[in-house]
Amino acid sequence: MEQIKGEIIRVSGPLVVAKGMNGAKMYDVVHVSAMELVGEIIELRGDRASIQVYEDTAGIGPGEPVTSTNQPLNVELGPGLIESIFDGIQRPLDKVMEKTGNLITRGVHVNALDRSKKWDFKASAKPGDKVAGGAILGSVKETTLVEHRIMVPPDVEGVIAEIKSGSFTIEETIARIKDKDGQSIEVSMLQKWPVRKGRPYQKRLAPDSLLSTGQRVIDTFFPVAKGGTASIPGPFGSGKTVVQHQLAKWADAEIIVYIGCGERGNEMTDVLLEFPELKDPKSGEPLMKRTVLVANTSNMPVAAREASIYTGITIAEYFRDMGLNVAVMADSTSRWAEALREISGRLEEMPGEEGYPAYLPTKAADFYERAGRVVCLGNDNREGTLTIIGAVSPPGGDLSDPVVQATLKVVKVYWGLDSKLAYRRHFPAINWLISYSLYLESLRDYFNKITGVDWLSLRNKAMAILEKEAELEEIVRLVGRDTLSPRDQLLLESAKSIREDFLHQIAFDPVDTYASFKKQQKLLTLILNIYEWNLDALERGAEPEKLMALSIRDEIAKAKYTPENQLEKIDALSLKAREEVDKL
Amino acid sequence: MTFKKYLSITEVVGPLILVENTEGIKYEELAEIELPSGEHQLGRVLEVNQDKALVQSFGGTSGVSVKGSSARFLGRGIELGVSSDLLGRIFDGLGRPIDDGPAIIPDKMLNINGNPINPYARNYPSEFIQTGFSAIDGLNTLVRGQKLPIFSAAGLPHSRIAAQIARQARVLGSQEKFAVVFGAMGITFEEANFFISDFQKTGAIERAVLFMNLANDPAIERIATPRLALTAAEYLAFELDMQVLVILTDMTNYCEALREVSAARKEIPGRRGYPGYLYTDLSMIYERAGRIRGKKGSITQIPILTMPEDDKTHPIPDLTGYITEGQIIISRSLHRKGIYPPIDVLPSLSRLRDKGIGEERTRADHPNWASQIFASYARGKEAQELATILGEAALSPVDRQHLLFANRFEQEFVQQGEYEDRSIEKTLEIGWSLLAELPRLELKRIKDEYLDKYLPEKSKAE
Repeated sequence: MEQIKGEIIRVSGPLVVAKGMNGAKMYDVVHVSAMELVGEIIELRGDRASIQVYEDTAGIGPGEPVTSTNQPLNVELGPGLIESIFDGIQRPLDKVMEKTGNLITRGVHVNALDRSKKWDFKASAKPGDKVAGGAILGSVKETTLVEHRIMVPPDVEGVIAEIKSGSFTIEETIARIKDKDGQSIEVSMLQKWPVRKGRPYQKRLAPDSLLSTGQRVIDTFFPVAKGGTASIPGPFGSGKTVVQHQLAKWADAEIIVYIGCGERGNEMTDVLLEFPELKDPKSGEPLMKRTVLVANTSNMPVAAREASIYTGITIAEYFRDMGLNVAVMADSTSRWAEALREISGRLEEMPGEEGYPAYLPTKAADFYERAGRVVCLGNDNREGTLTIIGAVSPPGGDLSDPVVQATLKVVKVYWGLDSKLAYRRHFPAINWLISYSLYLESLRDYFNKITGVDWLSLRNKAMAILEKEAELEEIVRLVGRDTLSPRDQLLLESAKSIREDFLHQIAFDPVDTYASFKKQQKLLTLILNIYEWNLDALERGAEPEKLMALSIRDEIAKAKYTPENQLEKIDALSLKAREEVDKL
Repeated sequence: MTFKKYLSITEVVGPLILVENTEGIKYEELAEIELPSGEHQLGRVLEVNQDKALVQSFGGTSGVSVKGSSARFLGRGIELGVSSDLLGRIFDGLGRPIDDGPAIIPDKMLNINGNPINPYARNYPSEFIQTGFSAIDGLNTLVRGQKLPIFSAAGLPHSRIAAQIARQARVLGSQEKFAVVFGAMGITFEEANFFISDFQKTGAIERAVLFMNLANDPAIERIATPRLALTAAEYLAFELDMQVLVILTDMTNYCEALREVSAARKEIPGRRGYPGYLYTDLSMIYERAGRIRGKKGSITQIPILTMPEDDKTHPIPDLTGYITEGQIIISRSLHRKGIYPPIDVLPSLSRLRDKGIGEERTRADHPNWASQIFASYARGKEAQELATILGEAALSPVDRQHLLFANRFEQEFVQQGEYEDRSIEKTLEIGWSLLAELPRLELKRIKDEYLDKYLPEKSKAE
């Protein structure tokens, strides 16, 4: 096929227009100028193509060449993804550093995955097996935490003619498949997939199990299901990134894809330095062994920021297809939307709200709809899930922001961060009065099974106490606390306990940073029981002052620092509390 | 090398000049406009469209004519000649010496836009910088390689605070080479003079580089000023191994210059008329702070911005806060109470604090101590509010103690002299003596071992 070669006629920031591009297709990747900067075609008019360039365009001008690669923007999928840090168009930043030093310069071309590294492939399929796209051929132990399953590419179908275990690079042939026309297809461990197209699966199912995160306010009050979607909007300084990092650390997914989209460089460095040190609570292995990072920091080219979330989600889908539970953190989707806006402005499109393009809600919906619980391709009906958690950074914390609104239309869980809570240093600063989770009902059976009690009614009881507290606070502010009835005062005391001893969780404390669901259950039950016992005691005629001043309250405040292997201490505390109340 | 001279200027609109019939012009190229008067102005190419080049003039367009002016394109971007001789020198907003000293003989020429630091090459900031301010060192700690802006407003003493930080900032127990790079954008002569004379008085000028764009200098020039300052800083930090503190003031003026250019280009505006790419543009400046693995030097940034109408949700402070690692907020109400520095610690934040304090950095009790002071002060402030509605008599005894704590905290902890350089030990000590006024039971955020060790006797008796 003849190569399409055009010529630049216009340069405006990340947007380049070239003429002579007859035959070029939308979203094909092109190389711009002799420096071969990577770009993508985003508009075609006659022989003119508008191109968003993923690298800085300074020094580029009319007359310089543009060549099309005739390929859409692809990511490389195969062993070697885990523990990597990629930029928005999947260039490995460690390899880029070897080539260009500490600063990122332009026109660097590096393979996303290492071509020379040998991987130990163990075949599980055998010659004669009938296979189709998604069928598992074998696996590679990529890291101590990840069994990387090698699958038949989605578009291949036939009978295995040959397959061998052994040590291979990702480009070497591991199997030969004879298709129905008798053609022999060579399969290697390396696959490519266009980022803007979701990877196929057999069928989608409703999410039905909890993505445990170890964060009490999330798991207990506003849980997200495996395969679900959640969003964290909040003004700056309210702790979005800390929450995202906590989820990346403690979520019980097998793979984490963390997308730093237009955020701080130091935050990515933090993840890079911290994750290898942190241990997975289940296996004791370093968390980095299950993590893929995509980093396009705010000072890196804006168009690549737009691509970064697609790069991340495609990698995540690939792992989902293996039948794994995958969680994607995107921090922050507002920066992605701003990149869309910038390109849209340069294309002189008619803007929607706040200058954002009118197609922003569609694009946001497309992105979040790539989450889900699915039955994967292949013949073993394995299930995989992909959970998306997106941070949103609304200007001035204003929730009428178009990006927030476009997001809330599609996500099922909303963790509203509140700067007032952050000022009081109540972290995570998730405001329980405005947040919601639409997965509560669908997780009802799941919760009942793991807790052995009617968990949702407990959770709702706690929630009701907090809501009542907000009402009473108004009255207290006007007329003072002493005017409240003893019952109400006890409720306030109990609400305070829920807030301070349960919801408040310190990410930097080695014990408190993660609370298993079991611990959450014990803590919440304890706090609610004390409230009940107090009310009973009050009925019996106990003095309210004494109930308020229970000496056990101090110990309850410290209960959240109980290590996971000493949870029986919370039970002992419960007995002690009962005794103390009964004495009154 | 000679460059083609174009006489084909066809439009002059605001700071923009359109040159037609051009050939081989590159995006972001440096242009030189010759006025009929023989004067020269520098500009840069904002857009090339076939044979038209749109040039933004840094010097403004006054005196530029459609006929009689000419443009040359210099085949490179804007560069700064750097060498160790930069230290002790004062330049204008475009990097030309204005201190009557000799021209710099450059060691090398650097493009002022710089290149992004590879996140993989970064080293995480974790070394405590002692500024001598209790409100910063104790509660909103600055660390080396951080970008920590000061959010201020008209009429507040941000310049004095910045100058004091520049005077006092040091890393404990180290004798490293230290430098200050100062970028002024649209500040008044008096403010600029204050900084220069303060630097001269204390001898800091010897290790400082100043880039001065004053209020009466061309506004568009300001777009280049912070980039020049950071280019100088990068050279000093990463090639000469110096610890560089960059002070940029006032970022609000910078953003307004950007808005002016954007409006002249008739771009679709974002909030309050600022261009949609303001976030990206600001991040290109702020993200140039940091440390690089294997390099001794570092760049710490303190950008200062004045919030229009003290409004923190205004796009400039808002977008800044999303990029920087925290913010120091100057409060008008504290200023009115006569407290210097009027730093409001509650909404202030240093995101890197927890990496910079604690054992082996400051002192083991520091993290607990800071968390407790925040909590107690916040409670005291709430009590203050309650007292204004219900009267002090309506407060519970514990609330009254917190109210007292909050008042003393502002008077004794936040308040300090303009030449008072408090050590971190002193800061911790003042904090402990204030905490001693509260019942020990209320100090829930501090571990018992620290309470036993550091809490002054007075409250142990309770």
